Amino acid sequence: MSRIHVTTTINGDETEFLCDAEATLLDVLRDELGLTGTKEGCGTGDCGACSVTVDGRLVCSCLMLGAEAEGREIATIEGMAAGEVLHPLQQKFIEMAALQCGICTPGILVAAKSLLERNMDPSEEEVRYWLAGNLCRCTGYDKIIRAVMETAADMRRAS
Amino acid sequence: MALDDTKKIKNFKVVGTRPNRPDGIDKVTGRARFGADIVAPGMLTGRILRSPHAHARIVKIDTSKAEALPGVKAVVTRADFGDVPEHVADVMDNCLAGAKALYDGHAVAAIAANSVAVARKALKLIEVEYEVLPHVTDVDEAMKPGAPVLHEGRQQETVPEGLSGNVIARSEFGHGDIEAGLKQADRVVERTYRTGATHQGYIEPHACLATMSADGQGDLWVCTQGHYMVRNVCAAILGMEQGQLRVTASEIGGGFGGKTVVFLEPVALMLAKKSGRPVKMVMSRSEVLRATGPTASSSIDVRIGMKTDGRITAAFAELRYQGGAYPGSPVDMGSMSAFAPYDLENVKTVGWDVVSNRPKAAAYRAPGAPMAAFAVESAIDELAKGFGLDPLAVRLMNGAKEGTKASYGPTYPAIGLMATLEAAHTHPHWTAPLGENQGRGVACGFWFNFGGDTCVSLNVTPDGTVTVSEGNPDIGGSRASMTMMAAEELGIPYDQVRTVIADTGSLGQNEVTDGSRVTFAVGLATIEAARAAKREMCKRAAMIWGIDADAVEWEEGAARPAGPNAGKFPPMTLKEIAAIASNTGGPIAGHHEVNAEGAGVSFGTHMVDVEVDPDTGATKILRYTVFQDAGRAVHPAYVEGQFQGGAVQGIGWALNEEYIYGEDGILQNAGFLDYRIPVASDLPMIDTVILEIPNPGHPYGVRGVGETPIVPPLAAVANAVSAAAGVRMTRLPMSPPRVLAAIHEAARG
Repeated sequence: MSRIHVTTTINGDETEFLCDAEATLLDVLRDELGLTGTKEGCGTGDCGACSVTVDGRLVCSCLMLGAEAEGREIATIEGMAAGEVLHPLQQKFIEMAALQCGICTPGILVAAKSLLERNMDPSEEEVRYWLAGNLCRCTGYDKIIRAVMETAADMRRAS
Repeated sequence: MALDDTKKIKNFKVVGTRPNRPDGIDKVTGRARFGADIVAPGMLTGRILRSPHAHARIVKIDTSKAEALPGVKAVVTRADFGDVPEHVADVMDNCLAGAKALYDGHAVAAIAANSVAVARKALKLIEVEYEVLPHVTDVDEAMKPGAPVLHEGRQQETVPEGLSGNVIARSEFGHGDIEAGLKQADRVVERTYRTGATHQGYIEPHACLATMSADGQGDLWVCTQGHYMVRNVCAAILGMEQGQLRVTASEIGGGFGGKTVVFLEPVALMLAKKSGRPVKMVMSRSEVLRATGPTASSSIDVRIGMKTDGRITAAFAELRYQGGAYPGSPVDMGSMSAFAPYDLENVKTVGWDVVSNRPKAAAYRAPGAPMAAFAVESAIDELAKGFGLDPLAVRLMNGAKEGTKASYGPTYPAIGLMATLEAAHTHPHWTAPLGENQGRGVACGFWFNFGGDTCVSLNVTPDGTVTVSEGNPDIGGSRASMTMMAAEELGIPYDQVRTVIADTGSLGQNEVTDGSRVTFAVGLATIEAARAAKREMCKRAAMIWGIDADAVEWEEGAARPAGPNAGKFPPMTLKEIAAIASNTGGPIAGHHEVNAEGAGVSFGTHMVDVEVDPDTGATKILRYTVFQDAGRAVHPAYVEGQFQGGAVQGIGWALNEEYIYGEDGILQNAGFLDYRIPVASDLPMIDTVILEIPNPGHPYGVRGVGETPIVPPLAAVANAVSAAAGVRMTRLPMSPPRVLAAIHEAARG
């Protein structure tokens, strides 16, 4: 079976890979590129653990083919912190205990960052609906929602 | 171990604070390595072939075509394992079917191949000849004479004649005289309640990576709640010595009881053995739902009698739990917990353990208790409301306290039920106004809490920092809690201690992370290990000072002369003692091994407001408050997190979640789209009130908190929905069509 050559940008780095035609972007990230921070919880787009952004748009990487990454800009959890400096959402999630097991955390952080890029002052309801596609089984969402809203407030104060 | 009353509550410096968890940065950056996040050189992909039938005799498995496919390195069926010891026979059979496939999704064969594509193709080339048999998936149907029988000869002597062979065991608990008690009642409620089977729903599917070398040594990397259990079970199944199999626990992406058993692991090890290559196996979500442990579905009859003033005169429940394809449903724990919150003169439960053609039930957070509490707390609510009584006042009147003889036998020491009820009664939530189509519900819940085998090793490094090795996977912040307790005991800062989860080669036996045992039992062992290290450090200081070790005490992170008679010496800090340890006898460590007892039972009370849409039957949760006794909240943020997470799982069980089987015995909703767990937009904030009634069995008073929070919500939500809809709901989940049908039926009278 011939494999497809893809050139893309991942977390700001130009990246090349070969993938099978049926490989999802999630398969490529995890199995070809070693970017295992993006998680597979369902493989059907229902849990959001594999959330990444593609050209700034939030997608489930299990629902997109690796070959479709050609020429796109992909951002994953691995690119969220700037070196040792955590993104404010990452810092707030730790401080406010917004994670328990941590498996959904990368997807939720990517999704929440995407929300705050669009809306610096989301209501609780807006945060809840934006994150409705990201399943968390541990926390009951309470501390996650609070951490996102608190981060938004901090970022508004800082800007 | 007794509560340490020399350690006054207000003296805690670290315990009770909210430091950042030590694994936080790894978890928010994607660096944490979970089950599926690891590779090994030369690794193969393992896949499982699963039964498409609910019940079928396996006549023949022909693997020759699969084996001939280029890239296939091993094929495994049950025949490869031969006879296994009796105590793991059912586990083996659940991992790979023997004579019969017992449920839709039951594993029948496995392959290892050099690519995913080859693995997928190879599965299709395995030819299985099935003789399809009649099946049964409903608990009440499975008990009837004439129901299709899964196993012959498994029924215990406790079961009377005339019932199906699927009825495995009958149990009885209680005291007093039910019939006499019911005669004293002014009203008796008698109802049948049913709950659907739910799945733990952890977001991380099961995954492992196995290697086996030709000399019989094995290594396993696995997401599990108990790698020591994995080692012991796999060694028994594979005929290995336990010491030859080293198991390392990955980070674990949720478990809730569902990762306290093995599914893939023995198969992966056998594939690795046969292929001579590392084998990685990862389940798909549909495999998780079809073939790993959901909880039992239940059918429960309750009879409770009450006086007009609210006093319960007698309480009886008969609980029927189907626990899937093998014996061992959690019905006994359901029976024992059903009336545990009450002080009753006449109480009795009868429990029936039943098998059916569903995946074998695994533990799910307080296994067996939530459905029992749903039935009992619904009946008590109905009685209280029937008399126009305040349901919290009724519970305060009948609630268990210190000295109460529990329905399941023991007499309680200091417990926190009354404190949770009183906190609920005076909370503003209780008197907040409700609108149209809205209702409020309350319910209580209980969990036993476990202790068990535990080992902790605490090492003082030459630079005076401390490492703690423990053997229980950290499922929700326990490394933070252990670090806090070690720092507290040693009198050093939190950031001077690092806790790691050791592999099975590094510590003695550790029980699974279950039963809400870890903060209690591992915490207790951590404190004792720290005390052992302190004794050693006092000895070293005594040696340097030339005084008796007894004349040295440890306070605020340093050895000090104990009193004026011991002599005048400046304190020696942990750092100072550590720096010269090599010259005073060698490295300093403390360790503790124990079968921890005194876990201390746990109680909670939940309060919830809902709104039911009379046109659609849909329920919206408006407000939710959890009141629970934590004994001592080591890291309050993670205690709150347990309360909130458990409550929301319970909300899912009450409103949405259910295994749906078709007439064909096939699971209809094996995905997160159709098996719908609560999402962020379904919920309000979950308020929490932590009560602290110290557990007399722990030096700091800690009780486990993880499981109790899922016990009350089924009933609390049902009581609220019943109030809002004006009709008593007795079946879970209360999905919109069920609520709507109940409203319409009530309207018809």
